[in-house]
Amino acid sequence: MTESASSPIVETRGLEMRFNLPTHFLSREKPVLHALSGVDIKIEKGETFCVVGESGCGKTTLGRAIMGLLTPSSGEIYFEGQRIDTMDEAARKPVRADMQMVFQNPYASLNPRRNVYQTLAEPIRHLMPEKSSQDVRAQVEDVLDATGCDQSWQRKLPHEFSGGQRQRIAIARALVTNPAFIVADEPISALDVSIQAQILNLLNDLQDERGLTYMFITHDLSVVEHFGDRVAVMYLGQVMELASTEAIYRDPKHPYTQLLLDAIPSLEGGSFDAPREPGELPDPVNPPPGCPFAPRCPIVQEICRAERPRLRPVGDSGTLAACHLAE
Amino acid sequence: MPLLEVKDLHVAFPKGKKGEVEALRGVDLVLEKGQRLGVVGESGAGKSMLAFAILNLIAEPGRVTQGSVTFDGNDLLGMSERQIRRIRGNRISMIFQDPMVTLNPVLSIGKQMIETLKAHRSISTREAHRLSVEKLNLVAIPSAESRMDAYPHELSGGLRQRVVIAIALLTDPELIIADEPTTALDVTIQAEIMSLILRLCRENDVALILITHDLGVVAEVTERIMIMYAGKCVETGRTRDIIDAPKHPYAVGLLKALPQNSAKGAKLYQIPGSMPPITNLPTGCPYHPRCERSTDECRASMPPLTQGVACFHPMHEQAETAQ
Repeated sequence: MTESASSPIVETRGLEMRFNLPTHFLSREKPVLHALSGVDIKIEKGETFCVVGESGCGKTTLGRAIMGLLTPSSGEIYFEGQRIDTMDEAARKPVRADMQMVFQNPYASLNPRRNVYQTLAEPIRHLMPEKSSQDVRAQVEDVLDATGCDQSWQRKLPHEFSGGQRQRIAIARALVTNPAFIVADEPISALDVSIQAQILNLLNDLQDERGLTYMFITHDLSVVEHFGDRVAVMYLGQVMELASTEAIYRDPKHPYTQLLLDAIPSLEGGSFDAPREPGELPDPVNPPPGCPFAPRCPIVQEICRAERPRLRPVGDSGTLAACHLAE
Repeated sequence: MPLLEVKDLHVAFPKGKKGEVEALRGVDLVLEKGQRLGVVGESGAGKSMLAFAILNLIAEPGRVTQGSVTFDGNDLLGMSERQIRRIRGNRISMIFQDPMVTLNPVLSIGKQMIETLKAHRSISTREAHRLSVEKLNLVAIPSAESRMDAYPHELSGGLRQRVVIAIALLTDPELIIADEPTTALDVTIQAEIMSLILRLCRENDVALILITHDLGVVAEVTERIMIMYAGKCVETGRTRDIIDAPKHPYAVGLLKALPQNSAKGAKLYQIPGSMPPITNLPTGCPYHPRCERSTDECRASMPPLTQGVACFHPMHEQAETAQ
């Protein structure tokens, strides 16, 4: 694959992730958990690509696989046209500097025994060993300014900061190697309401200034509507719907997307008045043979239980949906 | 007579050798029979502390230093442990955030339910079993009879929280205190659980204190709101009124900062800074360092709660729409 103006910055093809679970000592069965079953996505340069779904849908696994923190069972991952999942560690190093991650919980993602300077200098020292210590210092100072952190924070330890400040430091760490692509895994869900807006604005500003591409993993659809350009809705390791944010909210095609949208509490009230049936994710070790959403689907038909639907274009807004019945 | 009345409640924890810090700094609350109240605030604002104080559950070394809690004419804070057990877990039930922590992992669902009932009622095991299945059916747990033998780990998160709600309903309480009951759950499960709680409260005329940080959930479920900040109530009133026209600058900021209240792609409104820790509160109004309307008066003294707002310069409806 060659790089061209229209080529995506990140692409996955048929990405599968299987985890072998411990075998029961009396059983011959080898249980396998399918965390991702055939995910194809393309993330374009400069966009905010949101991945939404409930816990267990594989959204974090997808982010981690793209980052190279997990090795896929099969399938291919490309970054700027190069295949990265088969690279050895030495070849991958410069790519790692170009793609970084922000984690959910800033209380767990910062090493409590390293001061802010050490935390921020580490990625440069490791991924860009050619940099002199002056360069490292200059880069750390720049990134602190860019993320709204005070220079006096350099010698402080994580416990001296509030949650919002810690998440700023975590974002600074992700930016310090000047990456083009950032995976942000639920970056605001551990923060207080009044702090969430601060962090979202920061991410927005950084994107404008640096032309960053985001893969934004979240369960919060109100954030997606405000922040995202395109959305992939995942369920049980598969993409159920892939569409522009605008199309998802205006005209959701997949019944699961509709269910997610209906679950958002609204400030107008009244949407929780009708009773709701208990629904739960099917067992990912023994997924149903057809559509994984069939057991919960309000419009399920015979074909849904027999045959797994593939992502296909639905409607005229460029939406892809994996549903036999969507139109 | 209101069902629950809290007057000027203060809770303090020792700090250092002689000092004390106050986690609750004078909270008043009136709840009528069957009324649903949302208590909103950020972590550390004192929401959970308020729930614990109402139930007389403040653990050593913390203590209630001032104020009263009256439930149906009974002074809860002056009661002996024996007396309060007739009310706590019986006439007032609790639902906590994480069902995996609330439920005992080594006892079956049925055993936990029957045990709860027998602690509060003198009834036979057979009768307790029948009532338990009835409540599991009420919270729409599929095949309730066989789930009585299940252990908590065998159920999904949503079903576990339904079991917790069923246990809370066992004794037909008059008041349920739910502390972030859906924060650990997925959005679709949250919608299920909250609509279930809403329906059960309405149908059985049960009062609810819902503690949460989610204004959307509060708007859906409650009739009244109390917004807390740094151990104090800063605004209280009818849910609709506050969501539509908040008066306290903090309430205004919280609502304005929600992504759904902002145009797509536009910068979100943000409240600067963060809530001060209770160990290091500013003078006067605790919100003044973050407030764009603050004046010398705010720095000097704490505004009293008048007409539902604790602010010297509250927003008026006209000012709100003009912006």
